[in-house]
Amino acid sequence: MLDKTGAQSEPHPWVKDDPTAGRFMVSRKAFVDPAILALERQHVFDRSWLYIGHESELPNPNDYLTRSVGGRELIFNRDRTGKFRAFFNTCPHRGAQVVREAKGNAMGFQCFYHGWAFNNNGAFATKIKDGNYPEDFNSDGCANLVEVGRFESYRGFYFVSYWSGIQSLYDYLADARDFMDCIADQSGVGMEIVEGEQAYSMRANWKLLVENSIDGYHAPTTHATYFDYLVKASGGMADMSVMTNADGSNHRSQGLDLGNGHAVVEGLAPWGRPVANWIPAWGEEGKVEIARIRADLEARLGPDRAERIARKSRNLLIFPNLIINDVMAITVRTFYPESPDYMKVNAWAIAPKDETAKMREWRLFNYLEFLGPGGFATPDDNEALEACHKGYKNLIEAGWNDISKGMLRANPFTDDEHQMRAFWREWAKRTRDVAPVEARV
Amino acid sequence: MSRPALAVVARAPTRAEVEDLLFDEAMLLDEWKLEEWFALFAPGARYEVPPANAEEGVDSAVSLFYIADDYERLRYRVDRLQDVNAHAEYPHSRCTRLVSNVRILGPRGDGWAVRCAFVTHRSKADVTDVYAGHHLYILTRVGDDLKIARKTTHLDMSSLRPQGRVSIIV
Repeated sequence: MLDKTGAQSEPHPWVKDDPTAGRFMVSRKAFVDPAILALERQHVFDRSWLYIGHESELPNPNDYLTRSVGGRELIFNRDRTGKFRAFFNTCPHRGAQVVREAKGNAMGFQCFYHGWAFNNNGAFATKIKDGNYPEDFNSDGCANLVEVGRFESYRGFYFVSYWSGIQSLYDYLADARDFMDCIADQSGVGMEIVEGEQAYSMRANWKLLVENSIDGYHAPTTHATYFDYLVKASGGMADMSVMTNADGSNHRSQGLDLGNGHAVVEGLAPWGRPVANWIPAWGEEGKVEIARIRADLEARLGPDRAERIARKSRNLLIFPNLIINDVMAITVRTFYPESPDYMKVNAWAIAPKDETAKMREWRLFNYLEFLGPGGFATPDDNEALEACHKGYKNLIEAGWNDISKGMLRANPFTDDEHQMRAFWREWAKRTRDVAPVEARV
Repeated sequence: MSRPALAVVARAPTRAEVEDLLFDEAMLLDEWKLEEWFALFAPGARYEVPPANAEEGVDSAVSLFYIADDYERLRYRVDRLQDVNAHAEYPHSRCTRLVSNVRILGPRGDGWAVRCAFVTHRSKADVTDVYAGHHLYILTRVGDDLKIARKTTHLDMSSLRPQGRVSIIV
């Protein structure tokens, strides 16, 4: 437990949090121990809201797609009335995966094993000859697809939870909502996931990618070649002049704890932003288009919010495993551990539905200069995370990570580690009371 | 991007000539001779890798890829891969590229469409990953030399797992 000053009243086995001394340490065991992963599955993933998909991915009634979410195999779909739904993708009969396509449009689903069929509202839809089952078969719903218990959305982002007792998604998102608004508000008509998925993996613990996704500190070294590209090869950088924030301050960057384990870094950055910070590579045509987008933001949201959305980048963590990074393009990224040393990653681009074809092309070009498994940055992040994971083989002799940077600063910057501490404090809360007694030393 | 203008109707390549180019390309990449590899491309060329499992014809202007380089960005990709700060490929991985099933599909614009199958093994730090798929090329004449005007690498895999990255030129 944390007392009012934020200090720990009793030690956590894997997190040392000392705000007075300005030291924050995490045990490297937390990244490699299969028993800790088992605790995480139960007390982190199964007790959180987990991202399943965006409303734009199912534009029409009867659209469906399949997703792995938090270790479950799900169907994310719209039924015949257009209602959004989420089902466990398993036949109530013998358990086979019912839908094996990645996506499609269908009035119903049929399991190929014994032929059980279902309406896309989950209802069992097979006529079975008399005598095979009792007359009241399925009066208890035993032959329907099992629907995910908790399924809610915020600004077009759909989430599921496997814990019936969880608070509403709205409350769970806490102060992260304002940052999701900064993304959803980039279009007056709505945002959409762009066609094309980056489904990849990293041979490292999933929490390393949480940290890395909101880490401003590593950029100049890990991504030296990206910044080299920006300066030498792409035609030059975006406007980095100091701005005045809505509260009258003029800080260029900040890291924030958004509650419930959510966190963000927000600040000025040298890359071009399709919404809406011009770079020389986009030429005069781009300057005109960026000015138009900026004017639309100002008309809809007012000058202060438009300035913030247009010029500042933001790397947002929704606890535990959703990243929405609104940088040189916007990536929506989620990941889940198959084992302590291997995670599956799925990433998409999200963009204003109403942006011009040219701006969409620039956006996707921008995305790939940094993001994804072929970008000039993500592969090096992957290498860094794998290097960390290998380093943890030394944990008996060298057992702790330091996450103290900026801990004594009143208003931490993006290249401090305040935002990571927000994640770890929630993680510590989830794992504290369930840690095995032998670990409490 | 403008392709070089052709003064006369260019000589169509034989399959042997195409194979020589593709086998040379594979060897240059295996040996990390990236400047010589880049010289195989015609000015204004494009190099693209759509996501694993993507259908042919997918367009990087409207769809998210792994790599969609114009000539200038490909030039920088080559520079980057020779920089010690390209951490994903430093130290360099060891690679073997097998190119097979080479077919000339026919004339396309001012060049010829070529398809081949590939298997690339990438080995680094005791891990060996395999990439399998097919390359689509548009080859063109620059003078009398056969050059690459466009290369699209289709990864015929359901996802980029467990490889996790396309930090090499596959």
